[in-house]
Amino acid sequence: MTDFDITIIGGGNAALCAAITAAKSGARVLILEAAPKAYRGGNSRHTRNFRCKHSTAMYPLIESYETDEYLADLLKVTGGKTDTALARMTIEASEECLPWMQEHGVRFQPSLSGTLSLGRTNAFFLGGGKALVNAYYRTAQALGVEVLYEAKVTNVQLDHDRVSEVVYDHAGQTHRISPKAVIVASGGFQGDTDWLARAWGPAAKNFLIRGTPYNRGVVLDDLLKQGVTSVGDPTQCHAVAIDGRAPKFDGGIVTRLDCVPFSIVVNKDGQRFYDEGEDVWPKRYAIWGRLVAAQPDQVGYVIIDSKSLDLFMPSVFPPIKADSLPELASKMGLPADALQQTVDGFNAACGDTSAFHPTELDGVATTGLEPAKTNWARPIVDPPFYGYSLRPGVTFTYLGFQVDDNAQCSTEAGKIRNLWAAGETMAGSILGQGYLAGFGMTIGTVFGRIAGREAAKYANSREAATFANSREAAKYAN
Amino acid sequence: MQTDLLQEARRQAEICNACRYCEGYCSVFPALTAQRAFSDGDMTQLANLCHNCRGCYYACQYTEPHEFALNLPAVLAEVRHDSWESFAWPAAPARLFQRNGLAVAIAVALGFAVVFWLARVLAPADGVGFYTVLSHSMMVAIFAPAFLFPLVSLAISLRRYWRETGGGSVSFGDIGQAFGAAAQMRNLAGGPGDGCNFEDEDRFTQARRHAHQAVMYGFLLCFAATSAGTLLHYVFDMPAPYPLWSLPKLLGIPGGVLLTGGAVLMVSLKLRADRALGDAGAWGGEMGFVVLLGFVGFSGLALVALGQSGLMPVMLALHLGAVLAFFLLTPYSKMAHGFYRMAALVRDARRQRA
Repeated sequence: MTDFDITIIGGGNAALCAAITAAKSGARVLILEAAPKAYRGGNSRHTRNFRCKHSTAMYPLIESYETDEYLADLLKVTGGKTDTALARMTIEASEECLPWMQEHGVRFQPSLSGTLSLGRTNAFFLGGGKALVNAYYRTAQALGVEVLYEAKVTNVQLDHDRVSEVVYDHAGQTHRISPKAVIVASGGFQGDTDWLARAWGPAAKNFLIRGTPYNRGVVLDDLLKQGVTSVGDPTQCHAVAIDGRAPKFDGGIVTRLDCVPFSIVVNKDGQRFYDEGEDVWPKRYAIWGRLVAAQPDQVGYVIIDSKSLDLFMPSVFPPIKADSLPELASKMGLPADALQQTVDGFNAACGDTSAFHPTELDGVATTGLEPAKTNWARPIVDPPFYGYSLRPGVTFTYLGFQVDDNAQCSTEAGKIRNLWAAGETMAGSILGQGYLAGFGMTIGTVFGRIAGREAAKYANSREAATFANSREAAKYAN
Repeated sequence: MQTDLLQEARRQAEICNACRYCEGYCSVFPALTAQRAFSDGDMTQLANLCHNCRGCYYACQYTEPHEFALNLPAVLAEVRHDSWESFAWPAAPARLFQRNGLAVAIAVALGFAVVFWLARVLAPADGVGFYTVLSHSMMVAIFAPAFLFPLVSLAISLRRYWRETGGGSVSFGDIGQAFGAAAQMRNLAGGPGDGCNFEDEDRFTQARRHAHQAVMYGFLLCFAATSAGTLLHYVFDMPAPYPLWSLPKLLGIPGGVLLTGGAVLMVSLKLRADRALGDAGAWGGEMGFVVLLGFVGFSGLALVALGQSGLMPVMLALHLGAVLAFFLLTPYSKMAHGFYRMAALVRDARRQRA
């Protein structure tokens, strides 16, 4: 195989932004993507938008969204667990990414129906993240980037302050290469449910993974064991509550359920456990993953009646439907008496519902109920009744590489001369907890481009050439 | 219509409705996301609105090997063809020609045979130009019914379509909007994108859109040329042959060039495209139809070129035979899609207005 200057591990948005940037600087780039072609792109294939700072309207974004507001939105969800300087740099850089993305084949569309609230802040990809990934692969390959699918990296060998070797399996054979520079852009470890269970506890075995099964954290684990500096809580993952019937992996966007605010949610014993009307969806979307994970068997059940059915976005599976609550309980495997009691208690605690407003905090609350429902509390009385099961759906893990503003990785001893990281695998540097819609793609694009630029700069440098020559000489000397 | 097919299309549409990532590609998705539940009529309308640009397929996270196994362009193509078969009048020939290129070829050969035989048996004693082969009145006697039959047949079919999809009343604005969409082939433009995905997987190109427009405008020019000739003959008492600088030829020659070139390009694109993203069972019938259209254009041009030579009678019989077959097959071939598509676009304009 030809000698490549830069090897990029991973094949999603960050990897592709890095590959395109590096290839345009004249570097010879190899992408090692663990997934087969049909599933290439990691979690990027499930994404839909890019959160973008902008001072004036720029298609498809309207009005303006300035750095301070963007940063404030971020700090709200991370509860301050953010490297503010790095976050500010990322937000500032997002603005010039939008035209760059378009130049490299990405197409945008106006905000999707049902997401109009994001039309100012988030640029939606025409066709979603897989279309973006497709466009970037075409662009990268036209620039001469080589892509290997089903190429699983097993070892990135550190030798003091540099990566000396990358080992990967492809087509039944083990390959060892020594590129001048390496970029890790292979996501988190949520695809490895054993690891999740070790980190979170055995309950994690019941979690569903919303994205790719190929993010198994092999390279992350390998490099952390060799002393690369990490960031992010190693035990935590971002989880939302999704349809319990969703596939184990790769269910993506269609498995989300937006009906919780109009419902009561019970556990498998038919008992409520949290205020379903705490805040507007999707602000409260994220906490329900955690709430359901804390219930027995990590499962919850949403109960609504016919008057609420059309108030939320449809999801992939139709709800379970019954003409009476006992029938619904039996169809859903819930104790009928307990469910009836819970619903009766809830209905009795509901008051005047005339102020009900589905898209605002309407203050239509229960009285004397524990836990209370503080908004949208309408009695569940109008058959047919509908139910969905809920399970935690893991989106990503927080553990990753600590990088500097050049996307460069380090150990305790200092910078690693030829190792950079981009995308989910370093997002913990900025996102300590929580999630802000469209920010993952912002981190991936900004840091992918930086990593590509820096890796190419290094690969074209005298240092890299000298090192490559000495290694070559050493090889012959042996 | 086939209920299992409609059910499968409904399953896929419901998944699309929960995702909505493809909303910007074409008219299908805004029409789809406007609803929560899909009746058979809704599915028929969506299927006829789909132009098979395939943008949504290549963008889809849920195509095989994913267990949701979405292939919306294919299932809508199947529903579309199924709907045409069920609306066709008389129904019997629909299934045969829709799906079978060989049947189209046999029909064309029969068209040739009929015209050759008539030319031989009823050779006129006098006449000028083409009319030495077949008299004008004989041509009218053959082609007037062959032209009127498809119009009657399609009118009945479209009425059935309108009823099934709950069409309701139509405004001039709706019709104007539909013609505007067809004139620019907006639904093959990929929204704010760069055309459709057809001959080279997920690469966006304008090739199919341009090929389609060449065929469509070429056909319309040829049709205008024939109409102009008819007017000159009856209204202005100016029978054929017409000189180069006459309306029939000024319209017909560019029309023939566009029609032939467009059909050749379309055939080459269809050969490269993935058949599994359309109704694979109808591929042969569609291909037969495109070849036939191309041949109508090409033989017309050849007739212009060879009009003065000894080959003219043969060319004339070939051209007229092809035209005859084309007209008679119109309600049963891919040609019908133009009429259903217009109906679907009008129906969609009405939905947007409502």
